[in-house]
Amino acid sequence: MELRATYRDAGLITVVDIGGRITLGEGSALLRKTVRELLLENRTKIVLNLADVNYIDSSGIGELVSAFTAVKNRGGDMKLLHLTKKVHDLLQLTKLFTVFDVYSDEHTALASFG
Amino acid sequence: MAPDTKHLEVTLETQVESVNLAEEMCLRVAEAAGFGEDDCYRIGMSVREGVINAFHYGNQERPEKKIHLVVELTPEKMIIHVLDEGQGFDLSRVPDPLAQENLLSTSGRGIFLMRAFMDEFDVVPGRTGGAEIIMSKKLPLNPSGANGQGGQDTAPQQGA
Repeated sequence: MELRATYRDAGLITVVDIGGRITLGEGSALLRKTVRELLLENRTKIVLNLADVNYIDSSGIGELVSAFTAVKNRGGDMKLLHLTKKVHDLLQLTKLFTVFDVYSDEHTALASFG
Repeated sequence: MAPDTKHLEVTLETQVESVNLAEEMCLRVAEAAGFGEDDCYRIGMSVREGVINAFHYGNQERPEKKIHLVVELTPEKMIIHVLDEGQGFDLSRVPDPLAQENLLSTSGRGIFLMRAFMDEFDVVPGRTGGAEIIMSKKLPLNPSGANGQGGQDTAPQQGA
C-alpha cells in the first residue's frame, strides 16, 4: 500500500496523519517531502500520527530519524502518536524508543509541547 | 543439494522495485511452507533488508549490476541467499546501530534487523564477486499451528 500523508493544524502544532508503508522509495520520499514542506512553512511543532502505518523498513526508520533531526535542528520538536504493534516493536528493538517521544493519545501528545 | 530441497533462483535488476519483488516472492514461499503471520513478517522484512543492502551498499545502485536471490526449502528450514556484485564487506566492521553514538544515524540498521529476525545469519564472499548474505529460519514444527503459526505475539530475538 502506498504511503499517504495529510496534515492539519491543532493550534500551533501540526498533526500529520500518515497511512501505508514507510519503506525504501516513494514511502520514505513522501515523508521527507512532507516534513520539508512543514519546515519551510515554519511549522516546527509536529506530531506524526502513525495509526495507519502498518509497516516500516530500515529506510523508513532512517527517514523518521532524519525528520526528527531536521525538526530539532530548527528548534522544534517531533512526537510520534498511535504506533501500531509492528512499528512499536521495531522502535523498541532499535532502541529508538529512547529517542522519540511516543504517545497513545492525541490530546496528551499535543499537551506535551507545553 | 539434498534431493528433498526445493530451490528457487532469480536474478533481479539493481532498482528499488526489486526490493518489493523479492519480498513478495519470499513471502509466497514462506506462506506455502507453513510459516505463520509473524514469521512471514520477519522473513519478508529480512529479505527486504538483504536486497536493500545489495542494491545500495553492494551494487552502489549501479543498474548494470545484478542482485541474485536464491531460496532453498529443506525439510528443516527456509534458507535465503542474497548476492550482490560489489566489493564485499566484513561483517565484524559493521557499526552497532544500538550504540549511543549511532542511534540518530539515518542508516545502518539492515544487518541488525536481519540478525534479529532470522534464526541464522552470515555474510560470506559470494560467487558473483561481492557479498553473499545467507540467512535461514526453521520451519514451523507443526504446519497446523504449533510454531510460528497464526500470528503469535512473541518478540523477535536479538541478534548476537
